[in-house]
Amino acid sequence: MDRTYDVIIIGAGAVGCAIARELSRYTLSVLVLEKECDVAYGTSGRMSGVVHAGFNNKTGSMMAKMCVEGSRGFEQICRELDIPYRKTGKVLVAFDENDLKALEKIIGTGKANGCEGLRLLDEKQIRAIAPGLGGIGGMFSENTAIFDPFEFCIAHAENAMDNGVDFSFDSEVTAISRDNGIFCVSTPKGTFRSRYIVNSAGLYCDRISAMLGVDKYKIYPCRGQYYILDKVAKDLLDIPAYPVPRPGIGGLGVHLTPTIDGNIIIGPSAEYQDDPDDYSTTREIMDKLFSEAKALLPAIERKYIIGNYCGIRPKQAPPGEGGFRDFTIKEEETCPGLINLIGIESPGFTASAPIARMVRDILGQHVKLERKKDFNPIRKGHVRFRDLSEAEQKKLIEKDPEYGEIICRCQNVTKREIRDAIENRFGARSISAIKYRAWATTGRCNGGYCLAKIVDMLIKDYDMKPEEITYRGAGSELFSGKVK
Amino acid sequence: MKRDCDVLVIGAGPGGLAAACQAKKEGAGSVIVLERDAKAGGILNQCIHDGFGLIRYKKALTGPEYARKAISEAQDAGAEILTSRHVSRIDRKEKGFLVSAYSRDGIEEYQTRAIVIATGCRERTRGNISIPGSRPAGVFTAGVAQNLVNIRNVMIGKRVVILGSGDIGLIMARRLTLEGSKVLAIAEIMKEPTGLARNIEQCVYEFGIPIYVRTTVSRIIGKRKLEAVELSDLDEKGNVRPETARIIECDALVLSVGLIPENEVAQTAGVLLQPNNSVDTDKYLQTNIKGIFSCGNSRHVMDLADYVSEQGELAGLNAVRYAKGQEMESWDEEKTNCMKKGFPEKGTTTCTICPNGCQVRWDEKTGTYSGNKCPRGAKFAEQERTSPMRTVTTTVRCNGTLLPVKTASPVSRTVVRDVVASLKDVDVKGHVKAGDEVFRGSVGKSDVSMVATSDF
Repeated sequence: MDRTYDVIIIGAGAVGCAIARELSRYTLSVLVLEKECDVAYGTSGRMSGVVHAGFNNKTGSMMAKMCVEGSRGFEQICRELDIPYRKTGKVLVAFDENDLKALEKIIGTGKANGCEGLRLLDEKQIRAIAPGLGGIGGMFSENTAIFDPFEFCIAHAENAMDNGVDFSFDSEVTAISRDNGIFCVSTPKGTFRSRYIVNSAGLYCDRISAMLGVDKYKIYPCRGQYYILDKVAKDLLDIPAYPVPRPGIGGLGVHLTPTIDGNIIIGPSAEYQDDPDDYSTTREIMDKLFSEAKALLPAIERKYIIGNYCGIRPKQAPPGEGGFRDFTIKEEETCPGLINLIGIESPGFTASAPIARMVRDILGQHVKLERKKDFNPIRKGHVRFRDLSEAEQKKLIEKDPEYGEIICRCQNVTKREIRDAIENRFGARSISAIKYRAWATTGRCNGGYCLAKIVDMLIKDYDMKPEEITYRGAGSELFSGKVK
Repeated sequence: MKRDCDVLVIGAGPGGLAAACQAKKEGAGSVIVLERDAKAGGILNQCIHDGFGLIRYKKALTGPEYARKAISEAQDAGAEILTSRHVSRIDRKEKGFLVSAYSRDGIEEYQTRAIVIATGCRERTRGNISIPGSRPAGVFTAGVAQNLVNIRNVMIGKRVVILGSGDIGLIMARRLTLEGSKVLAIAEIMKEPTGLARNIEQCVYEFGIPIYVRTTVSRIIGKRKLEAVELSDLDEKGNVRPETARIIECDALVLSVGLIPENEVAQTAGVLLQPNNSVDTDKYLQTNIKGIFSCGNSRHVMDLADYVSEQGELAGLNAVRYAKGQEMESWDEEKTNCMKKGFPEKGTTTCTICPNGCQVRWDEKTGTYSGNKCPRGAKFAEQERTSPMRTVTTTVRCNGTLLPVKTASPVSRTVVRDVVASLKDVDVKGHVKAGDEVFRGSVGKSDVSMVATSDF
């Protein structure tokens, strides 16, 4: 391919997509390479969906600064890009005096970080905020919020696309070389050339960096298992509830988070492992998750569980050390033009816009950043039929009768919404692409009702062969073929 | 759009259809059945195997045939069946209820005096039972597998492991085997299979499929596509015994691990549920909301469609009696619990003439049969001993989709696989009615005729 891009971004997770959108404000040519068939397939699609307020991270760290800054601008971005967002606040639950003492320290850290709206709660106050919670007291954070992480990535990528950014999916970077100061990036889709590389490859950022000789980084994958609860348990909790963080663990502790769609999720655990791609759950951890969740919220029952999954944190802190090491975001002296983003774990989503601006500023040291006159910050999301009023629903059905056909009965997703999801702009034709956009198959029946109907649409309306239908892109084929 | 009716039935499976039919017979003016699928019949449409109707029609029918009968009975009685209607909620009004449903024509409203809930059940999933391991493509519940294989013409895998020994799982073990897949194992956590003895015999034993009890799938393996499952034995408390773990390579895992009554619609009206999601009705099948009746699998999961129909009839009858202020009739809870489940007794034959499933034993010395409650059992066992016969049910290609078919009369058990294999290239064109012959030919020494079990 002859074209030379100004910038190639590697990885279409939350941070890669946010950088793509930020750079699309300027007259730069930008390409995003993603190894999977869709956005948010790695760490970004497997997290809690919480906008952090900024009291968890060490004062003075990039994490703390960017988290507070990102948290402040998050709602505005969600408004521009039509991303579901709800400012719920958050509680930390204290079980003993030590926890209460630790909370005072956390409030101190929060204040030093510039995080507002933190206060201690006594037992009565915590019950008033969330009647079902256990504990003897706690802390309230006013500015914590929940959002839809899939829609976040999709929306950023779509908006970047609207503003001229190219995306190439199923394009795993296999090698990078340099030729006269131009990077040549090899993928199964061909070789792409650029003047700058932004490495936002998440769990694989150390490997990408090493392809250019910068091999000083090491990512320690740290798995977090989750349970997801049926919406019938929705009323048990409408605010994220966390334990008081214990030093030395790899995360924030097992917590309960209501999703934007009304399911409660339990998790994540924190287990170091070697494989960045092993998303297995285990019996021991799941049992532990459940009992820890029950301590936080005694009304939880096993019968509410409708699924389990896990995500993997790309940590820089090795197993012995635990905790958080600060983000590394910099242009490598030994490899000018390579901008590395290493160890972008929690609060990566919250910090994504400040991270993107930092990357922009690094680029700005080399190139003249000229704002596009026609940059459009607005992106319209897809219809969420189930959230509309009856009058609005009636209008839609009149416009297109496929809005009157419910395909996913648990989440009330219509045929037209499934069609819109199938015809997504990235060309992702997997079941999970439909799931992340339309939310079909995510309910209590796990696709028991809608999967066969969706498969039927893919075969009849989109001429797919059964063996071409995948769960999550190439290599995850669902079927062996036709019966006859 | 708003319509009035005397009895509104939600769900056009066997329960709902029987309820509608009986409500009309009992003198209801207008009876409407709302069905969310594009076709009435409910889950019967994907149950192409036979064994339905043994009580109600005194003969073995396939699911589509049973559905066809139930639909025409309801229609002949004057009930109106509306498909592609997805009920969103039930509002309680002063005089009865207002039911809202999504359809291609908009949001429809139905004002009714009484409601029969016949919304069936859903399957327990991998998520519900939290099987550890990865989340690859290739894990299906048995009902989804059945729908894909029998209706959508999609094959779920070539090497299959089945977890759970419920009837749908057993039926699918046979079905997948007949379509050329290898069923490597059926694992059941209990000491006995939970399906009917006749299905253990005719779907598992007859195809040489290994069935392991006190065994579970302890891990799912494969990053993107299912590569294998780990089977482990369970101890007395039901805990996995890690030392017994063994890996079985497979590309599909089918879960037949239980059914959950589906009552989300009923709940919008305030119907109270038991912890297992079933409905605690009174003996008249009436829920805690006066005027709302519940029947079939949505009330309490049942083993036979025949009993679902019977219960539906009573719910329909009582809905009318309720609306008219007349005395209602009671449901006899006992009568549905007579079938033989689990392993067949050693050295016996499970009679399939009626759902009792008598375990009939042949005594070589005396030349007599025992264990049968009626003479038909001895006759059946005699046939089984000398030359066992089977009705073969499968599908053939038809106008770009699949048509369920069966042998016009039973054939020798020895040729069952050959019959299915011989239909490989059959491609039926044009209009077909249930009962039409779609294939005739000789298979081995038998002359075989296949008839459609559904219209096209």
